[in-house]
Amino acid sequence: MPLIDQQIFNELKQISGADFINELIDAFLDDAPNMIQNMQIALDTKDVESFRRNAHSLKSNANTFGATELGLLAKELEFMAKENNLDIGNRLEVLKKAFEKASEELKGMRI
Amino acid sequence: MRSAHEPGHLLVVDDNKVNRILLSRGLEQQGHKVDTAENGKQALEKLRVDSFDLVLLDIEMPEMNGYQVLETCLQDPELRDIPIIMTSSLDEIDSVVKCVELGAEDYLNKPVNPILLRARVNASLEKKRLRDEQRKLFRTFATKEVADELLRTGFSLGGEYVNASVMFADIRSFTSIGEKQEPADTIELLNNYFALMFEAIVNNNGTVNQLEGDGFMAIFGAPIRHDGHREHAVRAALEMTELLKVFNAEQAAQKKVQIKIGIGIASGRVIAGYTGTQHRATYTCVGDTVNTAARIEKYTKEAHKAVLIDRHTKEGLPNNIEVESLGSILFQGKQLPIHIFAVNG
Repeated sequence: MPLIDQQIFNELKQISGADFINELIDAFLDDAPNMIQNMQIALDTKDVESFRRNAHSLKSNANTFGATELGLLAKELEFMAKENNLDIGNRLEVLKKAFEKASEELKGMRI
Repeated sequence: MRSAHEPGHLLVVDDNKVNRILLSRGLEQQGHKVDTAENGKQALEKLRVDSFDLVLLDIEMPEMNGYQVLETCLQDPELRDIPIIMTSSLDEIDSVVKCVELGAEDYLNKPVNPILLRARVNASLEKKRLRDEQRKLFRTFATKEVADELLRTGFSLGGEYVNASVMFADIRSFTSIGEKQEPADTIELLNNYFALMFEAIVNNNGTVNQLEGDGFMAIFGAPIRHDGHREHAVRAALEMTELLKVFNAEQAAQKKVQIKIGIGIASGRVIAGYTGTQHRATYTCVGDTVNTAARIEKYTKEAHKAVLIDRHTKEGLPNNIEVESLGSILFQGKQLPIHIFAVNG
Protein backbone atom coordinates (compact mmCIF):
# COMPACT_ATOMS: atom_id res chain seq x y z
CA MET A 1 0.00 0.00 0.00
CA PRO A 2 1.52 3.33 -1.05
CA LEU A 3 1.78 5.84 1.78
CA ILE A 4 0.01 8.56 -0.15
CA ASP A 5 -2.89 7.70 -2.42
CA GLN A 6 -1.96 9.50 -5.64
CA GLN A 7 -5.51 9.82 -6.86
CA ILE A 8 -6.71 11.53 -3.69
CA PHE A 9 -3.63 13.74 -3.58
CA ASN A 10 -4.07 14.79 -7.21
CA GLU A 11 -7.71 15.62 -6.58
CA LEU A 12 -6.66 17.75 -3.65
CA LYS A 13 -4.09 19.49 -5.83
CA GLN A 14 -6.79 20.16 -8.38
CA ILE A 15 -9.17 21.50 -5.75
CA SER A 16 -6.61 23.67 -4.02
CA GLY A 17 -4.77 24.71 -7.13
CA ALA A 18 -1.02 24.26 -7.45
CA ASP A 19 -0.65 27.66 -5.80
CA PHE A 20 -1.36 26.60 -2.31
CA ILE A 21 -0.78 22.86 -2.19
CA ASN A 22 2.60 23.71 -0.62
CA GLU A 23 0.90 25.84 2.02
CA LEU A 24 -1.44 22.96 2.77
CA ILE A 25 1.37 20.40 3.05
CA ASP A 26 3.33 22.74 5.31
CA ALA A 27 0.30 23.32 7.51
CA PHE A 28 -0.16 19.58 7.90
CA LEU A 29 3.51 18.88 8.61
CA ASP A 30 3.45 21.73 11.10
CA ASP A 31 0.19 20.82 12.82
CA ALA A 32 0.12 17.01 12.84
CA PRO A 33 3.09 16.61 15.27
CA ASN A 34 1.12 18.76 17.75
CA MET A 35 -1.89 16.47 17.41
CA ILE A 36 0.28 13.41 17.97
CA GLN A 37 1.94 15.06 20.94
CA ASN A 38 -1.48 15.99 22.33
CA MET A 39 -2.55 12.37 21.95
CA GLN A 40 0.52 11.26 23.90
CA ILE A 41 -0.22 13.79 26.67
CA ALA A 42 -3.89 12.81 26.72
CA LEU A 43 -2.89 9.16 26.96
CA ASP A 44 -0.55 9.88 29.88
CA THR A 45 -3.16 11.98 31.71
CA LYS A 46 -6.02 9.62 30.71
CA ASP A 47 -7.90 12.48 29.04
CA VAL A 48 -10.13 10.41 26.77
CA GLU A 49 -11.92 13.40 25.25
CA SER A 50 -8.74 15.20 24.22
CA PHE A 51 -7.31 11.94 22.86
CA ARG A 52 -10.42 11.34 20.77
CA ARG A 53 -10.52 14.90 19.42
CA ASN A 54 -6.89 14.91 18.37
CA ALA A 55 -7.20 11.48 16.78
CA HIS A 56 -10.24 12.78 14.94
CA SER A 57 -8.35 15.81 13.59
CA LEU A 58 -5.39 13.72 12.53
CA LYS A 59 -7.67 11.23 10.77
CA SER A 60 -9.47 14.02 8.96
CA ASN A 61 -6.22 15.60 7.72
CA ALA A 62 -4.63 12.30 6.79
CA ASN A 63 -7.63 11.47 4.64
CA THR A 64 -7.51 14.90 3.02
CA PHE A 65 -3.98 14.18 1.74
CA GLY A 66 -4.65 10.57 0.86
CA ALA A 67 -2.43 9.28 3.69
CA THR A 68 -4.74 6.32 3.89
CA GLU A 69 -2.82 4.11 6.32
CA LEU A 70 -2.26 6.96 8.76
CA GLY A 71 -5.94 7.84 8.46
CA LEU A 72 -6.99 4.28 9.29
CA LEU A 73 -4.71 4.12 12.32
CA ALA A 74 -6.04 7.45 13.61
CA LYS A 75 -9.60 6.36 12.98
CA GLU A 76 -9.10 3.18 14.99
CA LEU A 77 -7.74 5.20 17.92
CA GLU A 78 -10.56 7.73 17.65
CA PHE A 79 -13.04 4.87 17.76
CA MET A 80 -11.40 3.28 20.81
CA ALA A 81 -11.47 6.60 22.66
CA LYS A 82 -15.09 7.03 21.75
CA GLU A 83 -15.70 3.69 23.49
CA ASN A 84 -13.81 5.09 26.48
CA ASN A 85 -11.00 2.65 25.86
CA LEU A 86 -7.43 3.94 26.14
CA ASP A 87 -5.98 0.43 26.26
CA ILE A 88 -4.33 1.01 22.94
CA GLY A 89 -1.20 -1.14 23.23
CA ASN A 90 1.53 0.09 20.88
CA ARG A 91 -0.89 1.66 18.40
CA LEU A 92 0.28 5.22 19.07
CA GLU A 93 3.88 4.17 18.34
CA VAL A 94 2.76 2.53 15.09
CA LEU A 95 0.87 5.72 14.20
CA LYS A 96 3.93 7.89 14.90
CA LYS A 97 6.01 5.77 12.49
CA ALA A 98 3.27 5.91 9.86
CA PHE A 99 3.20 9.69 10.16
CA GLU A 100 6.99 9.97 9.78
CA LYS A 101 6.92 7.93 6.59
CA ALA A 102 3.91 9.79 5.19
CA SER A 103 5.44 13.16 6.00
CA GLU A 104 8.68 12.24 4.20
CA GLU A 105 6.68 11.37 1.13
CA LEU A 106 4.58 14.55 1.36
CA LYS A 107 7.70 16.70 1.62
CA GLY A 108 8.80 15.24 -1.73
CA MET A 109 5.45 16.13 -3.25
CA ARG A 110 5.81 19.84 -2.68
CA ILE A 111 5.96 21.70 -5.96
CA MET B 1 -31.43 43.13 -7.97
CA ARG B 2 -28.15 41.77 -6.71
CA SER B 3 -26.68 38.78 -8.44
CA ALA B 4 -26.53 35.40 -6.77
CA HIS B 5 -22.78 35.38 -7.06
CA GLU B 6 -22.04 38.60 -5.36
CA PRO B 7 -19.21 38.04 -2.87
CA GLY B 8 -19.93 37.88 0.83
CA HIS B 9 -18.03 38.26 4.07
CA LEU B 10 -17.55 34.76 5.46
CA LEU B 11 -16.23 33.33 8.69
CA VAL B 12 -14.54 29.92 8.60
CA VAL B 13 -14.41 28.29 12.03
CA ASP B 14 -12.21 25.22 12.37
CA ASP B 15 -9.63 24.21 14.95
CA ASN B 16 -7.72 22.39 12.23
CA LYS B 17 -5.21 24.46 10.28
CA VAL B 18 -5.36 22.35 7.11
CA ASN B 19 -9.14 22.56 7.02
CA ARG B 20 -9.07 26.30 7.63
CA ILE B 21 -6.64 26.85 4.76
CA LEU B 22 -8.55 24.56 2.43
CA LEU B 23 -11.87 26.23 3.08
CA SER B 24 -10.71 29.82 3.25
CA ARG B 25 -8.52 29.64 0.13
CA GLY B 26 -11.30 27.87 -1.74
CA LEU B 27 -13.78 30.58 -0.79
CA GLU B 28 -11.32 33.37 -1.56
CA GLN B 29 -10.83 31.88 -5.01
CA GLN B 30 -14.60 32.19 -5.45
CA GLY B 31 -14.32 35.89 -4.69
CA HIS B 32 -15.42 36.02 -1.07
CA LYS B 33 -13.78 37.90 1.77
CA VAL B 34 -12.87 35.34 4.42
CA ASP B 35 -11.94 35.58 8.10
CA THR B 36 -11.03 32.56 10.20
CA ALA B 37 -11.41 31.51 13.82
CA GLU B 38 -9.70 28.58 15.54
CA ASN B 39 -12.41 27.77 18.05
CA GLY B 40 -15.95 28.60 19.08
CA LYS B 41 -15.00 31.31 21.54
CA GLN B 42 -12.93 33.15 18.98
CA ALA B 43 -15.73 32.76 16.45
CA LEU B 44 -18.31 34.40 18.72
CA GLU B 45 -15.92 37.24 19.50
CA LYS B 46 -15.47 37.92 15.79
CA LEU B 47 -19.19 37.61 15.06
CA ARG B 48 -19.95 40.21 17.72
CA VAL B 49 -17.56 42.87 16.45
CA ASP B 50 -17.76 42.42 12.70
CA SER B 51 -20.64 41.75 10.36
CA PHE B 52 -20.71 38.46 8.46
CA ASP B 53 -22.98 37.06 5.76
CA LEU B 54 -22.29 33.41 6.42
CA VAL B 55 -20.46 31.12 8.85
CA LEU B 56 -18.86 27.77 8.00
CA LEU B 57 -18.71 25.99 11.31
CA ASP B 58 -16.80 22.87 12.33
CA ILE B 59 -18.50 20.66 14.92
CA GLU B 60 -15.50 19.12 16.71
CA MET B 61 -13.55 21.88 18.40
CA PRO B 62 -11.90 22.52 21.76
CA GLU B 63 -12.93 25.47 24.01
CA MET B 64 -16.41 25.72 22.57
CA ASN B 65 -17.67 23.23 19.99
CA GLY B 66 -19.88 23.75 16.95
CA TYR B 67 -23.11 22.91 18.78
CA GLN B 68 -22.48 25.48 21.45
CA VAL B 69 -21.65 28.16 18.89
CA LEU B 70 -24.76 27.29 16.88
CA GLU B 71 -27.01 27.38 19.95
CA THR B 72 -25.53 30.66 21.14
CA CYS B 73 -26.04 32.25 17.74
CA LEU B 74 -29.63 31.04 17.43
CA GLN B 75 -30.50 32.49 20.83
CA ASP B 76 -28.90 35.85 20.11
CA PRO B 77 -31.23 38.24 18.22
CA GLU B 78 -28.19 39.99 16.75
CA LEU B 79 -26.66 36.78 15.41
CA ARG B 80 -29.54 34.43 14.68
CA ASP B 81 -30.04 35.69 11.14
CA ILE B 82 -26.53 34.80 10.00
CA PRO B 83 -26.79 31.50 8.15
CA ILE B 84 -24.52 28.75 9.43
CA ILE B 85 -23.25 25.87 7.31
CA MET B 86 -21.88 22.98 9.36
CA THR B 87 -18.70 21.37 8.11
CA SER B 88 -17.97 17.85 9.26
CA SER B 89 -16.36 14.60 8.29
CA LEU B 90 -18.50 11.90 6.76
CA ASP B 91 -18.74 9.84 9.94
CA GLU B 92 -20.35 12.69 11.87
CA ILE B 93 -23.63 12.52 10.01
CA ASP B 94 -25.65 12.10 13.24
CA SER B 95 -24.20 15.30 14.64
CA VAL B 96 -24.90 17.10 11.38
CA VAL B 97 -28.53 16.05 11.40
CA LYS B 98 -28.81 17.35 14.96
CA CYS B 99 -27.37 20.71 13.88
CA VAL B 100 -29.70 21.09 10.93
CA GLU B 101 -32.63 20.25 13.22
CA LEU B 102 -31.41 22.90 15.64
CA GLY B 103 -31.42 25.50 12.90
CA ALA B 104 -28.21 25.26 10.87
CA GLU B 105 -28.76 26.33 7.29
CA ASP B 106 -26.97 23.46 5.59
CA TYR B 107 -23.92 21.19 5.85
CA LEU B 108 -20.83 20.22 3.91
CA ASN B 109 -18.66 17.14 4.22
CA LYS B 110 -14.91 17.50 4.59
CA PRO B 111 -12.73 17.44 2.57
CA VAL B 112 -15.00 19.85 0.82
CA ASN B 113 -15.77 19.46 -2.84
CA PRO B 114 -15.29 22.90 -4.45
CA ILE B 115 -18.34 22.67 -6.69
CA LEU B 116 -20.56 21.75 -3.77
CA LEU B 117 -18.92 24.47 -1.71
CA ARG B 118 -19.70 27.08 -4.33
CA ALA B 119 -23.29 25.92 -4.73
CA ARG B 120 -24.10 25.74 -1.01
CA VAL B 121 -22.38 28.99 -0.14
CA ASN B 122 -24.02 30.93 -2.95
CA ALA B 123 -27.45 29.49 -2.17
CA SER B 124 -27.11 30.45 1.49
CA LEU B 125 -25.86 33.93 0.67
CA GLU B 126 -28.71 34.46 -1.76
CA LYS B 127 -31.27 33.33 0.81
CA LYS B 128 -29.77 35.69 3.37
CA ARG B 129 -29.88 38.58 0.90
CA LEU B 130 -33.56 37.94 0.22
CA ARG B 131 -34.30 37.82 3.93
CA ASP B 132 -32.33 41.02 4.52
CA GLU B 133 -34.18 42.78 1.71
CA GLN B 134 -37.50 41.55 3.02
CA ARG B 135 -36.65 42.80 6.49
CA LYS B 136 -35.49 46.15 5.14
CA LEU B 137 -38.75 46.48 3.28
CA PHE B 138 -40.78 45.71 6.38
CA ARG B 139 -38.71 48.07 8.47
CA THR B 140 -39.76 50.83 6.09
CA PHE B 141 -43.39 50.16 6.75
CA ALA B 142 -43.48 48.88 10.28
CA THR B 143 -41.77 48.78 13.62
CA LYS B 144 -38.92 46.39 14.31
CA GLU B 145 -41.30 44.28 16.44
CA VAL B 146 -43.79 43.89 13.63
CA ALA B 147 -41.09 43.13 11.08
CA ASP B 148 -39.64 40.48 13.39
CA GLU B 149 -43.08 39.05 14.09
CA LEU B 150 -43.83 38.80 10.38
CA LEU B 151 -40.56 37.04 9.68
CA ARG B 152 -40.94 34.79 12.72
CA THR B 153 -44.42 33.59 11.83
CA GLY B 154 -43.25 32.94 8.30
CA PHE B 155 -46.14 34.89 6.79
CA SER B 156 -48.84 32.38 7.53
CA LEU B 157 -51.77 33.59 5.49
CA GLY B 158 -54.46 32.85 8.09
CA GLY B 159 -57.00 35.51 9.03
CA GLU B 160 -58.38 36.54 12.41
CA TYR B 161 -60.65 39.08 14.10
CA VAL B 162 -58.68 41.86 15.72
CA ASN B 163 -59.67 45.05 17.51
CA ALA B 164 -57.70 47.71 15.78
CA SER B 165 -57.64 51.30 14.57
CA VAL B 166 -57.45 51.95 10.88
CA MET B 167 -56.09 55.16 9.39
CA PHE B 168 -56.40 56.54 5.89
CA ALA B 169 -54.41 59.59 4.82
CA ASP B 170 -54.41 61.51 1.58
CA ILE B 171 -52.93 64.66 0.10
CA ARG B 172 -55.62 67.19 -0.87
CA SER B 173 -55.89 67.95 -4.61
CA PHE B 174 -52.75 66.07 -5.38
CA THR B 175 -53.62 65.57 -9.03
CA SER B 176 -53.54 69.30 -9.69
CA ILE B 177 -50.23 69.59 -7.80
CA GLY B 178 -48.81 66.95 -10.11
CA GLU B 179 -49.90 68.90 -13.15
CA LYS B 180 -48.20 72.10 -12.00
CA GLN B 181 -44.66 70.76 -11.61
CA GLU B 182 -42.03 68.49 -13.14
CA PRO B 183 -42.65 64.73 -12.70
CA ALA B 184 -39.32 64.35 -10.87
CA ASP B 185 -40.37 67.05 -8.39
CA THR B 186 -43.65 65.28 -7.77
CA ILE B 187 -41.97 61.97 -7.03
CA GLU B 188 -39.42 63.68 -4.79
CA LEU B 189 -42.21 65.45 -2.93
CA LEU B 190 -44.06 62.18 -2.43
CA ASN B 191 -40.98 60.37 -1.19
CA ASN B 192 -40.07 63.10 1.29
CA TYR B 193 -43.66 63.29 2.44
CA PHE B 194 -44.00 59.51 2.90
CA ALA B 195 -40.70 59.33 4.77
CA LEU B 196 -42.00 61.81 7.36
CA MET B 197 -45.47 60.31 7.64
CA PHE B 198 -44.23 56.73 8.00
CA GLU B 199 -41.86 57.90 10.68
CA ALA B 200 -44.84 59.21 12.66
CA ILE B 201 -46.80 55.97 12.11
CA VAL B 202 -43.97 53.66 13.09
CA ASN B 203 -43.12 55.84 16.12
CA ASN B 204 -46.63 55.21 17.37
CA ASN B 205 -46.64 51.43 16.87
CA GLY B 206 -48.47 51.54 13.58
CA THR B 207 -47.92 49.60 10.38
CA VAL B 208 -48.31 51.09 6.93
CA ASN B 209 -49.83 48.35 4.86
CA GLN B 210 -51.10 49.99 1.71
CA LEU B 211 -49.75 52.70 -0.48
CA GLU B 212 -51.68 54.02 -3.41
CA GLY B 213 -50.71 57.14 -5.27
CA ASP B 214 -50.52 59.89 -2.69
CA GLY B 215 -52.61 58.04 -0.11
CA PHE B 216 -51.91 55.27 2.34
CA MET B 217 -53.55 53.07 4.91
CA ALA B 218 -52.08 52.25 8.31
CA ILE B 219 -53.13 49.82 11.04
CA PHE B 220 -52.70 50.18 14.79
CA GLY B 221 -53.14 47.23 17.15
CA ALA B 222 -52.29 44.59 14.55
CA PRO B 223 -50.40 42.42 13.74
CA ILE B 224 -48.92 43.14 17.18
CA ARG B 225 -51.71 43.72 19.72
CA HIS B 226 -51.69 46.99 21.63
CA ASP B 227 -54.53 47.98 23.98
CA GLY B 228 -53.75 51.62 23.33
CA HIS B 229 -54.21 51.38 19.56
CA ARG B 230 -56.86 54.16 19.41
CA GLU B 231 -54.64 56.63 21.22
CA HIS B 232 -51.63 55.48 19.18
CA ALA B 233 -53.48 56.15 15.94
CA VAL B 234 -54.57 59.63 17.00
CA ARG B 235 -51.14 60.51 18.35
CA ALA B 236 -49.66 59.41 15.05
CA ALA B 237 -52.13 61.66 13.23
CA LEU B 238 -51.19 64.62 15.41
CA GLU B 239 -47.50 63.93 14.87
CA MET B 240 -48.17 63.77 11.13
CA THR B 241 -49.79 67.20 11.11
CA GLU B 242 -46.88 68.61 13.13
CA LEU B 243 -44.35 67.08 10.75
CA LEU B 244 -46.32 68.42 7.81
CA LYS B 245 -45.86 71.96 9.15
CA VAL B 246 -42.09 71.41 9.14
CA PHE B 247 -42.31 69.87 5.69
CA ASN B 248 -44.29 72.82 4.31
CA ALA B 249 -41.88 75.32 5.86
CA GLU B 250 -39.03 73.57 4.06
CA GLN B 251 -40.99 73.49 0.83
CA ALA B 252 -41.75 77.21 1.14
CA ALA B 253 -38.08 78.00 1.77
CA GLN B 254 -37.23 76.24 -1.49
CA LYS B 255 -40.13 77.96 -3.27
CA LYS B 256 -41.77 74.60 -3.75
CA VAL B 257 -45.42 73.66 -3.53
CA GLN B 258 -46.99 73.18 -0.08
CA ILE B 259 -49.53 70.49 0.67
CA LYS B 260 -52.52 69.82 2.89
CA ILE B 261 -53.58 66.39 4.06
CA GLY B 262 -56.68 64.71 5.40
CA ILE B 263 -56.57 61.89 7.94
CA GLY B 264 -59.49 59.65 8.86
CA ILE B 265 -59.44 57.11 11.69
CA ALA B 266 -62.00 54.49 12.70
CA SER B 267 -61.68 51.80 15.36
CA GLY B 268 -63.36 48.46 15.88
CA ARG B 269 -63.26 44.85 14.87
CA VAL B 270 -61.47 44.07 11.62
CA ILE B 271 -60.52 40.90 9.83
CA ALA B 272 -56.76 40.90 9.63
CA GLY B 273 -54.41 38.59 7.80
CA TYR B 274 -52.16 38.18 4.84
CA THR B 275 -53.63 38.35 1.41
CA GLY B 276 -51.89 37.40 -1.75
CA THR B 277 -49.72 34.40 -2.46
CA GLN B 278 -46.67 32.98 -0.74
CA HIS B 279 -44.53 35.04 -3.11
CA ARG B 280 -46.30 38.31 -2.91
CA ALA B 281 -48.37 38.91 0.16
CA THR B 282 -49.42 41.91 2.16
CA TYR B 283 -50.79 42.23 5.66
CA THR B 284 -54.17 43.79 5.45
CA CYS B 285 -57.42 44.47 7.26
CA VAL B 286 -60.88 44.34 5.81
CA GLY B 287 -64.34 44.97 7.17
CA ASP B 288 -66.71 47.73 8.03
CA THR B 289 -64.21 49.62 10.20
CA VAL B 290 -61.82 49.90 7.25
CA ASN B 291 -64.63 51.15 5.05
CA THR B 292 -65.65 53.71 7.67
CA ALA B 293 -62.10 55.02 8.05
CA ALA B 294 -61.87 55.53 4.29
CA ARG B 295 -65.22 57.42 4.26
CA ILE B 296 -64.17 59.60 7.18
CA GLU B 297 -60.93 60.48 5.45
CA LYS B 298 -62.84 61.59 2.34
CA TYR B 299 -65.06 63.71 4.58
CA THR B 300 -62.10 65.76 5.91
CA LYS B 301 -62.20 67.82 2.72
CA GLU B 302 -65.85 68.76 3.16
CA ALA B 303 -65.44 69.42 6.87
CA HIS B 304 -62.24 71.46 6.36
CA LYS B 305 -60.54 69.52 9.11
CA ALA B 306 -57.20 67.72 8.97
CA VAL B 307 -57.96 64.88 11.38
CA LEU B 308 -61.34 63.22 11.83
CA ILE B 309 -62.17 60.17 13.94
CA ASP B 310 -65.23 58.07 14.75
CA ARG B 311 -66.89 57.65 18.15
CA HIS B 312 -65.15 54.31 18.90
CA THR B 313 -61.77 55.96 18.44
CA LYS B 314 -62.75 58.96 20.56
CA GLU B 315 -63.76 56.66 23.43
CA GLY B 316 -60.22 55.32 23.64
CA LEU B 317 -58.56 58.70 24.06
CA PRO B 318 -57.24 60.24 27.26
CA ASN B 319 -58.65 63.61 28.36
CA ASN B 320 -55.66 65.61 27.25
CA ILE B 321 -56.44 65.04 23.57
CA GLU B 322 -59.02 67.65 22.59
CA VAL B 323 -61.82 66.65 20.26
CA GLU B 324 -64.77 68.53 18.81
CA SER B 325 -68.04 66.84 17.89
CA LEU B 326 -69.16 67.41 14.30
CA GLY B 327 -72.41 65.52 14.81
CA SER B 328 -73.58 62.39 13.05
CA ILE B 329 -73.06 61.94 9.35
CA LEU B 330 -74.83 59.37 7.19
CA PHE B 331 -72.34 58.28 4.59
CA GLN B 332 -73.56 56.97 1.29
CA GLY B 333 -74.03 53.23 1.35
CA LYS B 334 -74.09 53.06 5.15
CA GLN B 335 -77.12 51.95 7.14
CA LEU B 336 -76.41 54.02 10.24
CA PRO B 337 -75.08 57.53 10.74
CA ILE B 338 -71.59 57.81 12.21
CA HIS B 339 -70.73 60.24 14.96
CA ILE B 340 -67.66 62.18 13.81
CA PHE B 341 -65.15 64.12 15.90
CA ALA B 342 -62.41 66.48 14.80
CA VAL B 343 -59.10 66.24 16.64
CA ASN B 344 -57.52 69.61 17.23
CA GLY B 345 -53.79 69.37 17.65
